[in-house]
Amino acid sequence: MSTGVGGGGDATGTTRPAAVTKLDRVVIRFAGDSGDGMQLTGDRFTSEAAAFGNDLSTMPNFPAEIRAPQGTIPGVSSFQVHFADYDILTPGDRPDVLVAMNPAALKANIADLPAGGTLIVNTDEFIKRNLTKVGYDANPLDDDTLAAYQVHQVAMATLTQGALADTGLGKKDAERCKNMFALGLLSWMYHRPTEGTERFLREKFAKKPDIAEANVLAFRAGFYYGETTEAFAVTYEVAPAKLAQGTYRQITGNTALAYGIVAAAQQSRLPVLLGTYPITPASDILHELSKHKQFGITTFQAEDEIAGICAALGASYGGALGVTSTSGPGIALKSETIGLGVMTELPLLVIDVQRGGPSTGLPTKTEQADLLQAMFGRNGESPVPIVAPQSPADCFAAALEATHIALKYRTPVLLLSDGAVANGSEPWLIPDVEDLPDLGVEFATEPNAPDGSFWPYLRDPETLARAWAVPGTPGLQHRIGGLEKADGTGNISYEPDNHDRMVRLRQAKIDGIPVPDLEVHDPSGKARVLVLGWGSSYGPIGAACRRVRKLGLSVAQAHLRNLNPFPANLGDVLRGYDKVVVPEMNLGQLALLLRGRYLVDVISYTKVAGLPFKAEELQNVLTDIVKGVDAA
Amino acid sequence: MTTIDLGLPGLAGVPTSDEPQKAKDYKSDQEVRWCPGCGDYVVLNAVQSFLPTLGLKRENIVFISGIGCSSRFPYYMNTYGMHSIHGRAPAIATGLATARPDLSVWVVTGDGDALSIGGNHLIHTLRRNVNLKILLFNNRIYGLTKGQYSPTSEAGKVTKSTPMGSLDYPFNPVSLALGAEVSFVGRALDSDRKGLTEVLRQAAEHRGSALVEIYQNCPIFNDGAFDVLKEPGEAEQRLIPLEHGKPVRFGAEGEYGVVRAGFGSLEVAKVSEVGEEELVVHDAHMTDPSYAFALSRLSTQDLRYTVTGVFRSVSRPTYDDQARAQVEEAKATRAANLGDLLRGKDTWTVV
Ligand code: SF4
Repeated sequence: MSTGVGGGGDATGTTRPAAVTKLDRVVIRFAGDSGDGMQLTGDRFTSEAAAFGNDLSTMPNFPAEIRAPQGTIPGVSSFQVHFADYDILTPGDRPDVLVAMNPAALKANIADLPAGGTLIVNTDEFIKRNLTKVGYDANPLDDDTLAAYQVHQVAMATLTQGALADTGLGKKDAERCKNMFALGLLSWMYHRPTEGTERFLREKFAKKPDIAEANVLAFRAGFYYGETTEAFAVTYEVAPAKLAQGTYRQITGNTALAYGIVAAAQQSRLPVLLGTYPITPASDILHELSKHKQFGITTFQAEDEIAGICAALGASYGGALGVTSTSGPGIALKSETIGLGVMTELPLLVIDVQRGGPSTGLPTKTEQADLLQAMFGRNGESPVPIVAPQSPADCFAAALEATHIALKYRTPVLLLSDGAVANGSEPWLIPDVEDLPDLGVEFATEPNAPDGSFWPYLRDPETLARAWAVPGTPGLQHRIGGLEKADGTGNISYEPDNHDRMVRLRQAKIDGIPVPDLEVHDPSGKARVLVLGWGSSYGPIGAACRRVRKLGLSVAQAHLRNLNPFPANLGDVLRGYDKVVVPEMNLGQLALLLRGRYLVDVISYTKVAGLPFKAEELQNVLTDIVKGVDAA
Repeated sequence: MTTIDLGLPGLAGVPTSDEPQKAKDYKSDQEVRWCPGCGDYVVLNAVQSFLPTLGLKRENIVFISGIGCSSRFPYYMNTYGMHSIHGRAPAIATGLATARPDLSVWVVTGDGDALSIGGNHLIHTLRRNVNLKILLFNNRIYGLTKGQYSPTSEAGKVTKSTPMGSLDYPFNPVSLALGAEVSFVGRALDSDRKGLTEVLRQAAEHRGSALVEIYQNCPIFNDGAFDVLKEPGEAEQRLIPLEHGKPVRFGAEGEYGVVRAGFGSLEVAKVSEVGEEELVVHDAHMTDPSYAFALSRLSTQDLRYTVTGVFRSVSRPTYDDQARAQVEEAKATRAANLGDLLRGKDTWTVV
């Protein structure tokens, strides 16, 4: 049957000439020019994998320039997707399959493809001019440069144009559909369901039906090409993963974070004001939230980072939930206002989607180097709670947790995401709305002071949170601000003892926030080495630990989600192991904090390459350390 | 010349009080700590006397300030208030005003706070037309940091930080506001209680951003900066008061007036020489800001002439009204179902 993709049917049901090999996991990397639509292609393949029920994890990688010069190495954009029939933790260290749409994409990515890997190239772009542009003296497709790989040469642009010849579409427009051809071909190779992509294309181009049809045709042409040519002897099946029961969807970190804020609005019954300024890689949070105004969400694109957070704080002062979103450079600009939030003790959610620094750094790459900025980057003693999600889907729960702390303790909270978490995606077990925590707050409505007046800095004895009376509440008129407050009354006070007391009270309030104990995963129960991470390194650390254990060695893993305050049992956990390894995408910021706080000389393993850790690299580091300890 | 009707009252949505109010109801229990003789006292008194006339619930009035001498203002008002950080009051107030249509939000700022460190927020707030009343206390000096020149100090000013004279060319705040698309801008002298109150009244009634520049004397670091505008005999020769619908005329006997000059500019002339019919009739509601700008240019740094009153008052949709309208429209047309949002379009189930 050659009607596999026809009529929106499920292509996996067709008879095929090729042999079928079963795999437990595959990593595919789509690489092309920034203008080739690789992010869309990867995204669609991911959705197909998700719809099929695989576990998956993705890693987009794109240049900071919107359209870097065409056909050059800096202009290469790629999307890696890892899908499997079991629960996986990372987007994969290396691709098993590399799709290279032009010589630049080949050159930039081929080093990552292991020998024996599958390489699919779009031969149409391998012309002299393009080859010279990236430093190929000869065409690598013609000599034995690629002898180590299983190479499939496909004239994707020509074939796409041929398939669209009857549509009346111009040659250039037709050629632009070649990414869908590639997607079709890969969909055939991996027995992916196809109706979702066809539906997606028709919806995406609803206003341009001819473009929609052209993309669908190109997609089908790629699929048929795989089926009809004999170039591909084998196709592959990756069975659905046995994940925990429930309904899943695929989600990126930024979307999950935005949804967490929508949920926080609903669960707190407060209107949300997001005050923000466009910055990579955080802007998608603004884009997403601006679509959900029906939940009582106002999005304010301010004139700068400072105005964004100030507007959010102003809204919080008025009894709304103020939120601001940015990346590291924006946090630097917002510091003074975060300090005002600490002093005025108002709730505020501050989202930092970390990227490579310092300064403008690497806008589209990932890093974890804002931890100390989040912790200390303000004048004076200015403690704020810090929450860091460990994976894309975890951003949802992290946003709810951060909001809960902000509202309950009347404090700015730093939520430290990063580029890998923000743009990466994975399956998400969709929570039941009924099970979400209630985040309701009680505003002060009555005088609370011994003299019958209202004192804004009288504290709840248990949480140390101050009384929060919003403007419009009769009889509770009061003034707050950035000057030091007298304990209780909140009047301006320059009293030495009062200042000392207030500094300690603000610190005690944050220190006293209860956070869950650190859980240690040690299946053998015999580990003498603990590896402790935070934030987005959860995946690679977890994958590395699995590999180390497969070698018959014992290693314990724990991951910090609350970085301020730390879990109460953290010191005991650290002292319970012969060695503690702390991998970070910075120069050892958490390690510094742990040494300072607990006097435990952790081993800091660091890498600041703008890319997530590879499981293999951590595996090697951990194996050496575990063997060393075991031998001692 | 086009005029438009001012249909939107600035205080719509702010609850009113039936109880009679007095100035002292607006005085907080905090001791006022400005230097003796500071112009800020006069303005504080004027505001405290003026607010009762609005008849609003006191708890629905909020003063937000930045940093500087004048920014201590909120502490002295028995309303809600926030003394924030340097230059940022308009941004904080924007968030508050957008979140709370039931509040009358006032910003108190100075020439350094509003025009130097906070210049960006000021111009963007004005162009967005957020429903805020901004009182800019202009004393042409930095007071709280003890006497450095400010963005409204005259060039060549000798101060602690400029022993050989300052090099900066000063802003004309009214011109700046007009360039920033302000919908309402006025000016008053601290000492002119009546004129100040009238500008405040019109500002309060205006829906949108209203910038009121108040010339304020700092007896400690820039004493007498505006004295020529207060001296009998001098003041009449220099002050050009504006009244909507009236010819722009001044002088002890009304002997001077404002007439059109080349390229859309205005100039001062003797009425006896040009004739009464040549005088410009003030129209604060003109959509085109060129006229108001020409008026603002009559006021020079040396105070040879100073125009007071309301330069411009035009109706234009406000940012916060529109932001709320979008939320309301979304609520009316789209279901806010969190479960549906979380599920999205493509899900799969593991059994
Ligand atoms: S320094 Fe000047 S402006 Fe400041 S309080 Fe004293 S007199 Fe007033």
